[in-house]
Amino acid sequence: MAKTFMKPEALSDQHTHYCPGCTHGVIHRLIAEVIDELGIRGRSVGIAPVGCAVLAYNYFTFDFQEAAHGRAPAMATGIKRVRPDLMVFTYQGDGDLASIGMGEIVHAANRGEKFVSIFVNNAVYGMTGGQMAPTTMPGQRTTTSPFGRNVEDSGMPIKVAELLSSLQTPGYITRQTVLKPKYIVKAKKAIKKAFTYQLEGRCFSMVEVVSTCPTNWGLTPHEAIQWAEDTLLSYYELGDYKVPE
Amino acid sequence: MSKVLMKGNEAIGEAAIRAGCLNYFAYPITPQSEVAEYLAHRMPEAGGVFLQGESEVAVSYMIFGAAGCGAIVFTTSSSPGISLMSEAISYIAGAQCPAVFVNIVRGGPGLGGIQPSQADYLQATKGGGHGDYRLLVMAPASVQEAVEMVMMAFPLAEKYRNPVMILGDGLIGQMMEPVDFPENLKTEPTNKDDWASNGMDTRGANSPNIVKSLFLDNKLLNDNNMALKAKYDRMKKEEVRYDTYNLDADYEMLIVSFGTMSRVNRTAIDNLKEEGLEVAMIRPMTLFPFPEEAIRQASLKENCKAVLSIEMNMGQMVEDVERSVQGKVPVKWYGTCGGDVPTPEEIMNFIKEQK
Ligand SMILES: Cc1ncc(C[n+]2csc(CCOP(=O)(O)OP(=O)(O)O)c2C)c(N)n1
Ligand code: SF4
Repeated sequence: MAKTFMKPEALSDQHTHYCPGCTHGVIHRLIAEVIDELGIRGRSVGIAPVGCAVLAYNYFTFDFQEAAHGRAPAMATGIKRVRPDLMVFTYQGDGDLASIGMGEIVHAANRGEKFVSIFVNNAVYGMTGGQMAPTTMPGQRTTTSPFGRNVEDSGMPIKVAELLSSLQTPGYITRQTVLKPKYIVKAKKAIKKAFTYQLEGRCFSMVEVVSTCPTNWGLTPHEAIQWAEDTLLSYYELGDYKVPE
Repeated sequence: MSKVLMKGNEAIGEAAIRAGCLNYFAYPITPQSEVAEYLAHRMPEAGGVFLQGESEVAVSYMIFGAAGCGAIVFTTSSSPGISLMSEAISYIAGAQCPAVFVNIVRGGPGLGGIQPSQADYLQATKGGGHGDYRLLVMAPASVQEAVEMVMMAFPLAEKYRNPVMILGDGLIGQMMEPVDFPENLKTEPTNKDDWASNGMDTRGANSPNIVKSLFLDNKLLNDNNMALKAKYDRMKKEEVRYDTYNLDADYEMLIVSFGTMSRVNRTAIDNLKEEGLEVAMIRPMTLFPFPEEAIRQASLKENCKAVLSIEMNMGQMVEDVERSVQGKVPVKWYGTCGGDVPTPEEIMNFIKEQK
């Protein structure tokens, strides 16, 4: 019988450690499919963040490096500068990229480093147990904002795609999500575009993916998707924020 | 090759290129910015990579990324910058990657001052970052030696898959001296296919290499750290380097001193000899591993009444010297920690007071 659907070669045979309803796994799969389709597995190097995806390398079948918290774009810069032929991407959460690693991502984007950053925005620190992130919504309860995020002392959630697209250096900056199949199809196209730009040596790309963390949101997987669609997508608007000329 | 007159910082940059290191990432800081200024034109000319990063934090992770995918790579900085790099140095040691860090030390704590200092002795030898790791640390006493140590650092980093640090000071970086670049210290690239994330196609493999320092399983972490310990034990056996001065004499005092400070001591020792007082010196060239045995042996000499740790810091090396001397004779400290290099007269007076 002919196989019509199978696991991408770039994805390994591992049981997931991600929680039920977590979207990290979907995003992993999209990256793996794109790497297969572009035939670049043998020259890909991923950079795992510090966050729930710290063990991302367990799920892929190509080289990986593991960064310190927030430093993945600097590591990717180091690799890409000495080995421009390698296909490099960082995979980072919102605490990792938008808080402790804000400096590294802004400067990598501004230098126009020719790698891809996949930015998983789930509005919370997942791995450490649901603390407030720079992307946490106003009023959203977390373990360190037990009364809801108070924008008077924590400011408004940072819109990373908008922020990076304000840089004058050309790049590909887009916000996608994987909450439903119709979004997943688009997110994959964006990830493929980002890797293609890297293959062509064109520009830096950042694909922000609005995601879920049912565990730390205190919601069921189904409720989490509903909440993300209603609350997150109205603040974090989907679409391309910048495309290279 | 004939000698050329070069400023220490520029010679350090040139030495790296001559050693075969064509990848440099850095962030400006006095008193070592001339390395970056020199390499900003010299690296591209040599066909290498030069990048000014946005901070020492970022630079140190650029080093980690580049080293992790198999490149020969180095950076230079000075004390506050090395503090920022210390997080990455810990990760690089944990992930067992080779890399070279040059610290042209200035005064501290905090912003301290920009004058020569040896106040990062403890940071370099006992670990500025967290966790169970050590650096191989070499301390040059001249521009020529800085060149040679930089050139030796790359093969040592490769041999041990561990960061190597050159601990200079502002004087070594800023002064001009004649140097030549030894032809025999070129780094031969080693095969890193069994661990580096250099791309599976590069090494014709179908299984990934993971460069990481996380071992959630207690046993695996213990195994990794025991492997590190074995390397550090091997360094203690194979890499101890030191120099001696007037050690054949029937000396009454033994100085232990490294880097710029040791040069002043030589003058003091010569002058005291003329006055009839014999003093010897051991100059650690490697600060880790520390020449414990040489110091211990030298302290046992019949007429040796005291061992003097003379440093441009508060006495950070004293514990290592005491550990070496093992209580056989008293260990005293003399030094300055504001940026002034003690004069030969000051050293002589101190030594005479110990009689
Ligand atoms: C220097 C440092 N500070 C703090 C931590 C603790 N820490 C681990 S993961 C994490 C937050 C991760 O959250 P995020 O980036 O949003 O990723 P997620 O887990 O949600 O996928 C923190 C603070 C650390 N490992 N290192
Ligand atoms: S804690 Fe949140 S982000 Fe982490 S695996 Fe679970 S659902 Fe996903």
